[in-house]
Amino acid sequence: MAPRKSAATPNVSKDELLHFYREMLLIRRFEEKAGQLYGMGLIGGFCHLYIGQEAVVVGLEAAAEEGDKRITSYRDHGHMLACGMDPRGVMAELTGREGGYSRGKGGSMHMFSKEKHFYGGHGIVGAQVPIGAGLAFADKYLGNDRVTFTYFGDGAANQGQVYETYNMAELWDLPVIFVIENNQYAMGTSTLRSTKSPSYWERGAAYGIPGEEVDGMDVLAVRDAGRKAVGHCRAGNGPYILEVKTYRYRGHSMSDPAKYRSREEVQKMREERDAIEHVRQMLLTGNHASEDELKAIDKDIKGVVNDSAEFAKASPEPSVDELYTDILAED
Amino acid sequence: MVDILMPALSPTMEEGTLARWMVKEGDSVAAGDILAEIETDKATMEFEAVDEGVIGKILVPEGSEGVAVNSPIATLLVEGEEAHSQQPAPAKTPPSSEDMPADTRQHPAPTVAAPVEPALPEGTTMKKTTVREALRDAMAEEMRRSAKVFLMGEEVAEYQGAYKISQGLLEEFGARRVIDTPITEHGFAGIGVGAAFGGLNPIVEFMTFNFAMQAIDQIINSAAKTLYMSGGQMGCPIVFRGPNGAAARVGAQHSHDYAAWYSQIPGLKVAMPYSADDAKGLLKSAIRDPNPVIFLENEILYGRSFDVPDIEDHTVPFGKARIWREGSDVTIVSFGIGMTYALEAAEILAADGIDAEVIDLRTLRPMDTGAIIESVKKTNRCVTVEEGFPQGSVGNYISSVLMQQAFDHLDAPVINCTGKDVPMPYAANLEKLALVTTKEVVQAARDVTYRT
Ligand SMILES: Cc1ncc(C[n+]2csc(CCOP(=O)(O)OP(=O)(O)O)c2C)c(N)n1
Ligand SMILES: [Mg+2]
Repeated sequence: MAPRKSAATPNVSKDELLHFYREMLLIRRFEEKAGQLYGMGLIGGFCHLYIGQEAVVVGLEAAAEEGDKRITSYRDHGHMLACGMDPRGVMAELTGREGGYSRGKGGSMHMFSKEKHFYGGHGIVGAQVPIGAGLAFADKYLGNDRVTFTYFGDGAANQGQVYETYNMAELWDLPVIFVIENNQYAMGTSTLRSTKSPSYWERGAAYGIPGEEVDGMDVLAVRDAGRKAVGHCRAGNGPYILEVKTYRYRGHSMSDPAKYRSREEVQKMREERDAIEHVRQMLLTGNHASEDELKAIDKDIKGVVNDSAEFAKASPEPSVDELYTDILAED
Repeated sequence: MVDILMPALSPTMEEGTLARWMVKEGDSVAAGDILAEIETDKATMEFEAVDEGVIGKILVPEGSEGVAVNSPIATLLVEGEEAHSQQPAPAKTPPSSEDMPADTRQHPAPTVAAPVEPALPEGTTMKKTTVREALRDAMAEEMRRSAKVFLMGEEVAEYQGAYKISQGLLEEFGARRVIDTPITEHGFAGIGVGAAFGGLNPIVEFMTFNFAMQAIDQIINSAAKTLYMSGGQMGCPIVFRGPNGAAARVGAQHSHDYAAWYSQIPGLKVAMPYSADDAKGLLKSAIRDPNPVIFLENEILYGRSFDVPDIEDHTVPFGKARIWREGSDVTIVSFGIGMTYALEAAEILAADGIDAEVIDLRTLRPMDTGAIIESVKKTNRCVTVEEGFPQGSVGNYISSVLMQQAFDHLDAPVINCTGKDVPMPYAANLEKLALVTTKEVVQAARDVTYRT
């Protein structure tokens, strides 16, 4: 990956930097805790961690306004925390308890919050892409000047429905930002083995959709690109594509033998490109925060995460009556 | 000091092998450091530290097999606040399938000594084989037999299969015949259909059948109907295979049982094996079949071992049910994973003096309804068992066949034991309720024999 664009001229306030640091750290610590609870058998099924990709959602949320919508895949914990959903409710959904966002019925891959305009949490690779455009369709139809952030992976970017959606989104000028979280792997398949046009954002050109590549390990670069995309959409110019280059440090899900990439490759990313460490260094070198202040933030975040885990363990299982509720809406 | 516990590394893992320690006593570790390599039935995985500290004692030496999930494998000395962190007590003995949470749900092990079928040549030896190995062997044997057979799907080649069914095939047959696809089900299913029209014999693996919903138009509109639409000119010899139905705790979008859906379609053949010998024999037959075959496997069964005849060419014909247990009081009909409940129920019923006959359909289309009718003529009662939804289930069809063709032989209404009429919930307690249970099968058998 190329060196950070924002490194030379950081255009960011101290408060914003501290906010980014907190938000990204919250996601990382939350995910580490989730991994731990999975190992203990408190979380079951599939559990896809967001560790390494934190700057993507945190940067883009900085470009969002109240009422903007977001939708993503099963790798969704980070998106939920970044848009302000309660860590307790997310963790309790992971443990399948009544206190979870879906009252234990959805699990790691399927959570939603109408209040925070978070539309899931989808398990079928690529399926959220047309749905995201549909959310944008509704906003345009209703005359709301809101935009929808539609997140999907590099693997999902090959699904046919993505391109059907591109065509209609541009045809109808839908206010949707297609965010391709290119973490370079779809399960065990590197992008080099799944396509001969690995510059995903450029595919938009075939449909007339503008876009760009973004350094996803640099939260400021992501924020800036996000602002540009939001501006484009909100002005009524139709969709925009952001291909955000990022990296997942952990396995695809918990059961990933990780034989498709080397330890060194992962280690190098962690050591040289970590997004949290980047902000930490900016805070320290810019004299915005001392080691002690950052330690205090770390401790605080640890407290929030531990509290969510305690809540998720203590929350009861859903009542057995819940088995037959929510299948059809009542009039 | 905290215990480091044997981690669960997959949705269905109950125990594993501690293959190698990457640290020794006294080593300092940071979060993210690799502690050990752990082998599950699917893969060898690295186990990372979540806390920092110093390795105290290694409790389980490397090379230990059958280490239960959640049992302590080492201790970690941590400084400060984390030292008192609470860890759950490891489970001592696994509870019975009835009161176990769904994520550790142990499907009953096969209990029947010798099924009535099949008739094998004198002196045939048997080899303990998992369903996983049996499926791999079937593909390998057929790929050796015909150069027109090839395998494609997501992660089938370099990754060796998401569920390790294609382990070793890339090495033996090369990238021309074992092909990784992008995540584009509708596209590669269609390419498979075209390749079959073009004279090849594709095996298309879906990572799970849930994702075949993306491709179902090509499966049904193109693969199943073309022979008919072309007046018999253009057949489609293709196998669509992969795990079907619920695994454990994977939620509503990853737990669908499609048995009833595909078994409805003229122009398709549908197999849903239970045991490893049938999995092998039916898959070999499926690959040789000139028609499109839907081959429904099950993730929980992959790791189960059965006797497989050690012969050169073990095939099992479509449309022939297998009687796993003879009995005279009630006929229990099932297929696939449903057989685990049927066989366990039969054991429980036997202890109560109810003698159940257990039939494994093995293929749903064609379906050996003759075998069911013959059995019902003897028992006069029938219970069906499947994990799919109740409305429009395979059991519904069997009930109607019995009503129309064996009405005079029935002494009680047929009962269909099925999954519940709800999307699969994630919560452990709800998932357990959503699935069919052995208890329900036992109760149904008591109801139809009026011995409640
Ligand atoms: C339609 C469909 N096919 C296959 C899968 C299995 N699957 C789940 S995630 C995944 C990889 C997706 O990779 P990518 O889009 O790059 O997202 P990432 O996991 O890297 O965030 C696959 C193949 C699925 N869930 N849905
Ligand atoms: Mg990816």
